[in-house]
Amino acid sequence: MGILEVKNVNKRFGGLQALSDVNLSVAENTVHAIIGPNGAGKSTLLNVLVGKLLPDTGSVMFDGQSVLGRKPYEINQMGISRVFQTPEIFGDLTVLENMMIPIFAKRDGAFRMHAIESVRNERAVVQQAEDMLESLNLADARHDHSASMSRGNKRRLEIGMCLAQEPRLLLLDEPTAGMARADTNNTIDLLKQIKDERDITIAIIEHDMHVVFSLAERITVLAQGTPLVEDTPDKIKGHPKVREAYLGETAAA
Amino acid sequence: MDAIILQILNGLDKGSAYALIALGLTLIFGTLGVVNFAHGALFMIGAFCAVTVSRILTLSYTTVDETRTDFLGNPMEIEVPYIHNLVGQSAGDFMIDWAVPISILFAIPVMIAIGVIMERGLIKHFYKRPHADQILVTFGLAIVLQEIIKFYYGANPIPTPAPSAFRGSFDFGAFLGLGANSIIYPYWRLVYFAFSLVIIGGVFAFLRYTTFGMVVRAGMADRETVGLLGINIDRKFTIMFGIAAAVAGLAGVMYTPINSPNYHMGMDFLVLSFVVVVVGGMGSLVGAVLAGFLLGILESFASMAAVLETLPGINQIVIYLVAIIILLTRPRGLMGRKGVMEE
Amino acid sequence: MLGLTRKDAILLAIVTVVALLAPFILNPFPTNSGFAQFNAGYPDLMQRFAIFGIFAIGFNILFGLTGYLSFGHAAFLGVGSYAGIWMMKLLTANIIPGIAASIVVAGLFALIVGFISLRRSGIYFAILTLAFAQMSYALAYSVLTPITGGETGLQLKLNDPRVLDGALAPGERAHANLFGLDMTSSIEMHFGAWQFTFNTGYYIAALVLVLAFYLSIRIFRSPFGMMLRAIKSNNTRMTYTGLNARPYALAAFVISGMYAGLAGGLMVAMDTQVGPERMFWTASGEVVLMTILGGAGTLIGPVLGAGLIKYMENIISKINSGILHEWFYWMPDGLEDFVITLVYPFVGKGWHLTLGIVFMLVVIFLPGGLVEGGQRLRRLAQGKRAKKSATQTNPAE
Repeated sequence: MGILEVKNVNKRFGGLQALSDVNLSVAENTVHAIIGPNGAGKSTLLNVLVGKLLPDTGSVMFDGQSVLGRKPYEINQMGISRVFQTPEIFGDLTVLENMMIPIFAKRDGAFRMHAIESVRNERAVVQQAEDMLESLNLADARHDHSASMSRGNKRRLEIGMCLAQEPRLLLLDEPTAGMARADTNNTIDLLKQIKDERDITIAIIEHDMHVVFSLAERITVLAQGTPLVEDTPDKIKGHPKVREAYLGETAAA
Repeated sequence: MDAIILQILNGLDKGSAYALIALGLTLIFGTLGVVNFAHGALFMIGAFCAVTVSRILTLSYTTVDETRTDFLGNPMEIEVPYIHNLVGQSAGDFMIDWAVPISILFAIPVMIAIGVIMERGLIKHFYKRPHADQILVTFGLAIVLQEIIKFYYGANPIPTPAPSAFRGSFDFGAFLGLGANSIIYPYWRLVYFAFSLVIIGGVFAFLRYTTFGMVVRAGMADRETVGLLGINIDRKFTIMFGIAAAVAGLAGVMYTPINSPNYHMGMDFLVLSFVVVVVGGMGSLVGAVLAGFLLGILESFASMAAVLETLPGINQIVIYLVAIIILLTRPRGLMGRKGVMEE
Repeated sequence: MLGLTRKDAILLAIVTVVALLAPFILNPFPTNSGFAQFNAGYPDLMQRFAIFGIFAIGFNILFGLTGYLSFGHAAFLGVGSYAGIWMMKLLTANIIPGIAASIVVAGLFALIVGFISLRRSGIYFAILTLAFAQMSYALAYSVLTPITGGETGLQLKLNDPRVLDGALAPGERAHANLFGLDMTSSIEMHFGAWQFTFNTGYYIAALVLVLAFYLSIRIFRSPFGMMLRAIKSNNTRMTYTGLNARPYALAAFVISGMYAGLAGGLMVAMDTQVGPERMFWTASGEVVLMTILGGAGTLIGPVLGAGLIKYMENIISKINSGILHEWFYWMPDGLEDFVITLVYPFVGKGWHLTLGIVFMLVVIFLPGGLVEGGQRLRRLAQGKRAKKSATQTNPAE
């Protein structure tokens, strides 16, 4: 029984069957990659997992509880954090403030009104945020506006913000899309480090095979809204169906 | 029965004005992605085009009519419009009488010019700015425009009559066989309704059957793709802004005989027209027109004595009430498209 | 100090000192000089500075922090005013219960309006708030006349019950007061050619302004304030950080509604009357202008904006052609007439034109308002110095 169990999920948009009978089990404390050509339904699946879309049929269980029908922030509070394709951070806030917000969210829940006391007096939170930035090598930038950072650093910050909530499942949506090689490698290293240091399950949607094969312990190949195969990276590499559906294309390109 | 028909008719003229302003608002929004708070001011400027034309036509000099005398027995001084000297007396009088419809010819180029200048000079710099900034800068522009008009034309409403041929009322009751005088409706309001239908039809036909219109509609649906085709969409959108301005302006020109124009009429209509656009669905042309007429008629029904007895004051708030209900139950309005202005 | 950083404490101290010394600062010109018309140190205007300052500070907590643009905030000010005057009519002419009622009633009204309006964002939110405000205005004018006095509004009357106050001597009118301290009472001080007026009502409004400002600093610097800025910055990330943005935005909306109610209550405390025009949407537009002009999202901006707009309204609108002729009499006749023709549309009744132009210029060139303008100037001054040192130390770049 995995920490995330997707059973018989279907989702239609008008005439398009975006997801058809998707079954997926993600084992606890593994890195599970979901790959597939464009339009395979990867993003739809992700949006179902985080509560942005409601499937037509099927069930999605996280740690034995259903996530369907819950609001995205509630699902997040259950322990699922999401990293976006384009880094979603609080651009108008400083790097330190960015890091403090998830720590507050972890401590205080979805809403709590501390309208009078000063942020500065929340010493424990400030300390935790600074430690986190230190470990991400972002401590020097802590008083900068986060919007002014490089793409790679924004990505680090976003991943760090997700980790600060101590999630049990981290979802990554093409975390290295549009990145230079150096930044991609940095991100891979960061994710490896996270995997080694923490009890965390990582589900990653990715196009870049270099990233997938450097990180994943299990891979699900999605094509036309349905899982084609699920196996270890080595087996996936040699799988004829996969080559045909997906890898062949990238190899040719 | 006759009461219901009367209320529907009564709602048509205001509904026409709402529909025309809302049409322009949503065209601008759909093509340029800009929320134009100065659109009411364009309606108002249109109305003052009519005022200006009628003032030019009646521009007069004083002369002495030897054939007549005033009550003191002196030769009478009379005002003679210059237009008499230009086109002759009867043609001149005809033009003065028909000042409002003639203003259309004057208003079209003026309004298109104002629209294009507005878009090139100001709005274009706000495409990439947040919607709040667009609202604010056009709000500022609306204040400026109405203050300029106030400075030159004063704060009082300026009566601008319809041509004498349309000054009477049409007896709809007799026409429909419901009894004479049961439904009396001024001719000019019928003209206004017909006029608005022509304009609306014209805009839709233009968008539907011309290449220009097709590009604009494609741009409304997906701006980036059209841009990729190498079509200079910005240029087309500038012209679209001019057309939207002209539509609002013509709505204003023809509205003058119904309500004497004053400098704040634009703002009064703007607030309601925005509600109309939102109810119709941001970015939907059909929705804007439909909602304009629906809300105009609804407002008119809410003003019936029988309704006011049970729900006093409802006529003043009915449009807002409907807007609130629609926005909460159908967030995209009656016919809004997904993804428009939802963030 | 007071739980503030040094910088914030200094800002609060400056606001406090300026508020206390306003009767001096705003009256720099001798009473009989030609410049006396630029003096702003008379009670009525100073009260408005303080009251609209409070209104704008509150509006800024919503718009400046969360980015939600409300076009209906005057409704809360109006509702607060009505609640306030009813307290003064029914209970006592002492302003405390009136102002308390203003805040509470406006807060409750904001809770209802906010609860509904915040289901949408962006332009839909703006239109919803506008619709609510226009509805309130229309109702106050018509159906609710028994409560609002319709077009004529409400005033303190001789036959008001005022159950907590003793009977008045015949012919005496009830005065808004704070435990007997009459709001309209003033002390005048003559100092050479200068005259300064110290008005009770103003000082009470100023005191409330300072408190309101202090509270807004605390909110800005609190975790709650940080959450509000996070909503404005990136609502998606907010949601995917397990935070529910709606109660945060609603709390901000209610707080800013209460500020508006407080401003409305103070207005009634000063002039003991209220009419529905206070709720018209142009009044809502005005507080938006004040906040933007000063600098939305900054602490001091709204106060500056409110002061500047109210000052312009009073001073510029009083300038007439006679005054213009006085100013430009030294010019050759033709030029004088020409200059006056140019200037005339912008003064007197045309002050709204000036306001509209200034406002447009600010939105176009200075979206951060006066505060950003000040910062730019400072950076410009510093930048020149910094550039010099940079070229000296780092010639390679």
